[in-house]
Amino acid sequence: MKARIIVTLKNGVLDPQGKAIEHALGQLGFGGIGDVRQGKYFEVTLSEQDPAKARAQLEDACKKLFANTVIENYAIELDV
Amino acid sequence: MKSAVIVYPGINRERDLARALELVTGTAPYMVWHDDAEIPDVDLIAVPGGFSYGDYLRCGAIAGQARITADLKKKAAKGVRVFGVCNGFQILTEIGLLPGALLRNAHLKFVCKEVKLEVVNSRTAFTNAYAQGQIIRCPVAHHDGNYFADEGTIRKLEDEHRVVFRYAQGTNPNGSINDIAGIINEKGNVLGMMPHPENLVEPLHGGLDGRGIFESLLETVA
Repeated sequence: MKARIIVTLKNGVLDPQGKAIEHALGQLGFGGIGDVRQGKYFEVTLSEQDPAKARAQLEDACKKLFANTVIENYAIELDV
Repeated sequence: MKSAVIVYPGINRERDLARALELVTGTAPYMVWHDDAEIPDVDLIAVPGGFSYGDYLRCGAIAGQARITADLKKKAAKGVRVFGVCNGFQILTEIGLLPGALLRNAHLKFVCKEVKLEVVNSRTAFTNAYAQGQIIRCPVAHHDGNYFADEGTIRKLEDEHRVVFRYAQGTNPNGSINDIAGIINEKGNVLGMMPHPENLVEPLHGGLDGRGIFESLLETVA
C-alpha cells in the first residue's frame, strides 16, 4: 500500500524559508502569490494491507520521526 | 571528573569538546560511538556540535533514533549531567530532554562569528563559576539556531530561571525568541546551548571565557 505524508509548520512558527520564497516570487513579478509556507512531502510504501492498521502505523511514525510535533503538523494520505 | 563524548557520524566538534574537557578536568573523556549500546558510568555526558547524519530530515532527528541515544535518555533520567552544544542542543530538543526546537536562522544564513552571552542564571551546576549577569564572549557556528517554543513554554522557562544564557548587547545571531542561547531542564542536569564555549578555553583560542562551564562542572562533581 502506498501513502503520502505531508509535514507543515504549525501556525505561529516562523518560516524564514517560506518568506524568502515569497520574496523571490515578488521579484519575479508574481505579486499575487503570498503567504508561502514551506513543508515536507514523503512517499512511502507499506507492506500492511489493512488501511486502519497502516494509518495507525504511520501516525506512530509521524509522531516519532517524520514530524517534530513541537513545531510541525502532519497529514497522512493513504491509497486504498 | 569522568566524562564521555558521544560521536555520531557527521559530528565535527567532538575533538574540541574532548580537548576542553581534558584541559579543565585533567582527564580525557571516553569517546562513545553512536552504535554502541551503553555509555560508561561518568559524571558528564557531552553531545558535541556538527551535522549528525548530515542534518537529514531535521537537525538532530536521526541522531535521536541512534542506538546510543536510548542510553543517553536513560542516564539523563537518572540524573547524570548532560551538556549539549550546537547540534548537541538540537539533538536534546529532538529527544525531548529539553523543550522547544531550533529553527532555521531568521536571516537564513549560516552564522560563524563571536557573540556576547549574558549568564542569566549562575546558580546551575554548569554555570556557578560565572557571576550572575556576567557577559562573556563565545563563538557561534550554526545554520539552525533560532530557538522556538510556544508562549506557555517560554513563560515557564523564564519564570523558572531556566534560560541560562542569553545573547547580549544586540548580538542575537539567529532570531531566537527572547535572545535565548541556552536552557536547562527542570531537574537542572541537562543543559543545551547553541554557542561553542569549548572553543574559547585556552590562550591560543584568544580567550578563556568558555572555561567557566567546564570549571563549574568540575567544581560541583568533586
